[in-house]
Amino acid sequence: MAPRTLYDKLVDAHTVRRLDADGRQVLLYIDRTVLNEYTSPQAFTGLREAGRPVWRPRASLGTVDHVNPTASRRVAAMADAGGERQAEYFAENCRDFGIELFDVLHPLQGIEHVVMPEIGLVLPGMVIAAGDSHTTTYGAFGALGFGIGTSDIEHYLATQTLIYKRLKSMRVTVDGTLAPGVRAKDVVMALIRTIGASGATGYAIEFAGTAITALSVEGRMTICNMAVEAGARGALVAPDDRVFAYIAGRPRAPKDDLWDQAVAAWRELKSDPDAVFDQEVVLSAEIIEPMVTWGTSPDQAAPINTSIPDPAQEPNPDRRRDMERALAYMGLAPGMALDAITIDRAFIGSCTNARIEDLRDAALVVRGRHVAAGVRAMVVPGSSTVKRQAEAEGLDKVFLDAGFEWRQSGCSMCLAMNDDVLGAGERCASSTNRNFEGRQGAGGRTHLMSPAMVAAAAIAGRLTDTRRDIGGN
Amino acid sequence: MQPFTIVSGIAAPLPASNIDTDVIMPKQFLKGVDRSGLSDGVFHDLRFGPLRDTFVLNKSPWQEARFLVVGPNFGCGSSREHAVWGLGQLGFRALIGTSFAGIFFDNCARNGMLAITLEAAALDTLTAIVSDPTTAALTIDLPAQTITAPGGLQLAFDIEPTRKESLILGLDAVGATLQERAAIQRFEQAYLQENPWLA
Ligand code: SF4
Repeated sequence: MAPRTLYDKLVDAHTVRRLDADGRQVLLYIDRTVLNEYTSPQAFTGLREAGRPVWRPRASLGTVDHVNPTASRRVAAMADAGGERQAEYFAENCRDFGIELFDVLHPLQGIEHVVMPEIGLVLPGMVIAAGDSHTTTYGAFGALGFGIGTSDIEHYLATQTLIYKRLKSMRVTVDGTLAPGVRAKDVVMALIRTIGASGATGYAIEFAGTAITALSVEGRMTICNMAVEAGARGALVAPDDRVFAYIAGRPRAPKDDLWDQAVAAWRELKSDPDAVFDQEVVLSAEIIEPMVTWGTSPDQAAPINTSIPDPAQEPNPDRRRDMERALAYMGLAPGMALDAITIDRAFIGSCTNARIEDLRDAALVVRGRHVAAGVRAMVVPGSSTVKRQAEAEGLDKVFLDAGFEWRQSGCSMCLAMNDDVLGAGERCASSTNRNFEGRQGAGGRTHLMSPAMVAAAAIAGRLTDTRRDIGGN
Repeated sequence: MQPFTIVSGIAAPLPASNIDTDVIMPKQFLKGVDRSGLSDGVFHDLRFGPLRDTFVLNKSPWQEARFLVVGPNFGCGSSREHAVWGLGQLGFRALIGTSFAGIFFDNCARNGMLAITLEAAALDTLTAIVSDPTTAALTIDLPAQTITAPGGLQLAFDIEPTRKESLILGLDAVGATLQERAAIQRFEQAYLQENPWLA
């Protein structure tokens, strides 16, 4: 057999049937999904109208995460009638179709992409499709994860399959050692800046290289999560011992003999040495610096110790127009030093960067310091489990003493579908994944960066290099 | 799903790159449990915001548009299918651009929305044509895979055969796949046997 990439192996292993002569279009078996309250309702309505059951209810999990409030006292009520109706209908659907649900009061509730791995439902070799674009996160485990729309959720629920078009393959190799103070978030932001917001459209990425294998599993999740911001519809890292150790013992992970069998199979999950990728991208770890975005697309980013680029220097007229528009929206001028940008809000949260390691990293920066006057800063743990763990380690105290709000878990101000919203013109340092116009609230201005950089910005009252101004790593 | 064969109508130019699904369908319109009522949400801030008078869909003849000629990476970001439902409810039948984000592209196909990709040079030509109010009316012939502009200019486009067929027939994909029930069951049984920790 011709050498194959890991991506090809996963697609081949899940192909029920080829739908065209060259096998580019296939009927793909899906191992699992996670459902949320806002992209699933119409899928269930479709099933109800056609009188169709769910094919394999135990291969789905529901979690309420997008619309729930995150105020410090947890209540079942949603912030508004629409969210309330969605949560109710979601509960009704999960009950009627036999799907397990983590509702807002459930001790395991949290952001879907934080919950799935932490309870051991994401395993190497799986194909997981879910109604959320950041399903790519699961690539950190050597599982192919990708986002789908509501019609495809319905297709999945009814048939356990999807009509799937094979992607092209891109290998992103990051060799070398990251400098102290440079984090997984900076690696993926540097990649997006290099290849552009559609640089990986039509591709599945495989991340490789010594800087990737040196990352923790949670760091790899951050990278795979944000790969979709370059357009990738799948991001993989070949699973290794670090991944197996991360999964071992989690509540839903295989146990005993099955565990041993699984690990033996998982060790085979890698690209063949002479597999050919459609595209190769190489980044050197040494030159990556802490990154921040200055515009309204995730590729409008730059190292913190530089300044805002000048659209007049941009030869491509389309890109120049996009830059001008972005700077007007952001209320920024060319040439301004990035670390001179003052902020009103700081947000640590989201499926990109609100796991326990992220909170530990940010807490190191804020310990013994205080949020700058006039800045409202909040921490929204990625899941209720993460929140409990952080509290057991005393991190909540560190944040509270420093003047941060310590909230309940949910998507919160990552997309502002609950009551955590930026006001028009408010500027926010954010550990999230999208700096689109209005994403965090109409007229709100978002700067993306790592959670430690958000923490440092909250303390300084402006964007800042954690390494220079705070002295922490 | 409404079948797509030959459709004529006004096309509106929207050349900015990276128009994301938050812009196409802002979050305040995502609070429903059905597909209805989304036409108000489409491009809400552009259509109803302070700069509304300059927005192309508020100008004649483009307020009647049934097609959009869009910039690169249209539909990036969130997977929300509400973006496509809303475009359909506002009367759009086809989108023409150089590249679409993956999830959005699939969502179009599932809802009878034809998404056509052209080379950059061809798209530039088309954008210029539809930016002129006197030449903004196009005819898209899916079976023949052509776009015809006033004056007779004709552009050919590529589309995957399976996607073309399901658009022309307006197929119910779930129903079609369920015809394969036995094959899926056979696959599943063998797969779970081979990977018993997933059973
Ligand atoms: S945290 Fe943000 S990106 Fe992640 S699932 Fe929630 S809304 Fe989507």
